[in-house]
Amino acid sequence: MKLFEFQAKNILKEYGVCIPRGKAITRDMDASKAFQEIGCSRCVVKAQILSGGRGKSGGIQFVTSPEETKACVASMLGSYLVTHQTGQKGTEITYVLIEEALSIKKELYLAITIDRCLQTPVLIASAEGGMEIEEVAKRTPEKIIKIPIDIFFGIHFFQTRRLTSQLSISGTLATTLNILIANLFDVFVESDCSLLEINPLAVTVKDEIYAVDAKMDIDDNALYRHPEFNRFIPCQDVSPAEALARKHRLSYISLEGNIGCLVNGAGLAMATMDIIKLHGGEPANFLDVGGDASPEQVMQAFKIILSDPKVKAILINIFGGIMKCDVIASGIIQAINEVGIHIPLVIRLEGTNVEVAKKILDNSGLKITTAKDMEEAASLVVSKVL
Amino acid sequence: MGILINKDTRVLCQGITGQAGSFHTERMLEYGTKLVAGVTPGKGGTMHHNVPVFDNVLDAMAKTGATVSVIYVPAPFATDAIIEAADAGIALIVCITEGIPALDMIRVKKYISHKQTRLIGPNCPGIITPGACKIGIMPGYIHKPGHVGVVSRSGTLTYEAVWQLTRRGIGQSTCLGIGGDPIVGIDFAEALRLFQDDQETRTMIMIGEIGGSAEEEAATIIQKEITKPVVGFIAGRTAPQGKRMGHAGAIIAGGKGTAGSKISALKNAGVTIADSPADIGETVARVLRQTGMLNITKNEQDL
Repeated sequence: MKLFEFQAKNILKEYGVCIPRGKAITRDMDASKAFQEIGCSRCVVKAQILSGGRGKSGGIQFVTSPEETKACVASMLGSYLVTHQTGQKGTEITYVLIEEALSIKKELYLAITIDRCLQTPVLIASAEGGMEIEEVAKRTPEKIIKIPIDIFFGIHFFQTRRLTSQLSISGTLATTLNILIANLFDVFVESDCSLLEINPLAVTVKDEIYAVDAKMDIDDNALYRHPEFNRFIPCQDVSPAEALARKHRLSYISLEGNIGCLVNGAGLAMATMDIIKLHGGEPANFLDVGGDASPEQVMQAFKIILSDPKVKAILINIFGGIMKCDVIASGIIQAINEVGIHIPLVIRLEGTNVEVAKKILDNSGLKITTAKDMEEAASLVVSKVL
Repeated sequence: MGILINKDTRVLCQGITGQAGSFHTERMLEYGTKLVAGVTPGKGGTMHHNVPVFDNVLDAMAKTGATVSVIYVPAPFATDAIIEAADAGIALIVCITEGIPALDMIRVKKYISHKQTRLIGPNCPGIITPGACKIGIMPGYIHKPGHVGVVSRSGTLTYEAVWQLTRRGIGQSTCLGIGGDPIVGIDFAEALRLFQDDQETRTMIMIGEIGGSAEEEAATIIQKEITKPVVGFIAGRTAPQGKRMGHAGAIIAGGKGTAGSKISALKNAGVTIADSPADIGETVARVLRQTGMLNITKNEQDL
């Protein structure tokens, strides 16, 4: 689960990390009053979206008066921000963060994430933080410092001392940074993060260190032990269909094409999208009902796909291992009887009790095309939308 | 023979009385797996599907001689179950459980790195040596004894690939799902090495997907150490770039992780790539024909 910048900053604050004074604003809240409360002559208005690249896309604006703040916030809220990380449609801005604008001397980059290759948490740091960090990593990889962190020990003091020296930071600033890094690792572990990124980590003209931005991604698998994050869930910028899918523990991502896909297992779901494209079609979604989906889940998944007006045909590809094919077939028929269907449906079932399942589908009287394998299924469904 | 497990392997099941554990214990017994013990704390001394249940793994091992454990324990308790099995001296742990937090798995891996134990999973379908021993949740009937080693990150896509083989009369030595999580036990590289050393295995399939760099690492191993033919498939080559947050992922990945990067690394290592998921079986058949192994495979299976 990704957190908005202002939510992540609230957590960092609890761990003693310095955060610029600010206030998060949504519709119906007084932006000019917020500017006055912050009490600075110059503030920054930051669109709260769960992707990066805001600065380059107009999602960060400086303001110097309550009136200007009000106008700026009004223009942002409800609009769609497109960045290189959002996809073409962009993301609707539902929150903005108004913050004091700091006088920054130097921008550092600091992140903790999991290195799948090393199978350990890793601290990533660079003296060249800011918007171009990925370019820095590409062009001058030697300027990116990576430090594996022992999960049991936490970050060793010598590691942070070595790091500050590599970053050419010394004196009290180095001490502050050492403490900050230890605190960040505590946040990372105690909140079960998969990503905690501070970019930029700013050194101000007064030699203070501030987390000017914060990106925090919580491991979904660990949410069961973090009831404190429940309050964040309504803030997520997911479509109604995605929210419904999440409720039924279905993995669903809406895409641009017109062939709805209902598949069990993530690998098979991706492979099904691949084969649709190989036949010249475009999938309308990724939908994984899970390796052991129940008929109820299959029904809900079916409804979610049908709710998408782009969908002109549906492909169901189920390899029923544990889940028996006849049960799946009954679930599909139940769903069709409940919600109706007016577009072509191609079904490919394989696995336990597949013969019984085919009879159930054939005898249902419904307009269903059955396919004997993935190849035939893909070619049939693509032919329906051409 | 196959890798890691065979017809004599004695298996215990942690979480045998739970819903999933109970259901799959029956399926494993039906298949002929020597499932000799179950473990559910507090239910020691009872029987479940005619299998004796113990309170802990150490007792179960001492009384039954089990050397492999399959875990169906829910995620919040699964890490304790893995560590218990490793501590008791289990040689191979197969963890089916999905939804274990990544940081928990990092702790587990660090712990078992000092133990004489191997871990498969978590979040995986398990491992099967067809006709001999099935440990996990895969449907048994789609498999057929033979000489193709299968290793995969996916569940149902593996069934798809295996089924394509079996329908062509091509059997498998062992099929192993390593799991789809960021932190897993046995990886592609280790599985391929095991297949390389296994006399029964003549060729291998690895089924990967986008994300991580396990396939790229496997490519390095294939180039250096693997002399048997390898067929590969990578799922997700048409998947759109998801909504991304932050830069750390891209910095760590360093250009790896895409289908393109994986496919070109594997091709450079001499792997034959199936372009369509529908062509995995046919690609293996073609490779077997080219190397003159298809007939041998068929004849031996007829015996």
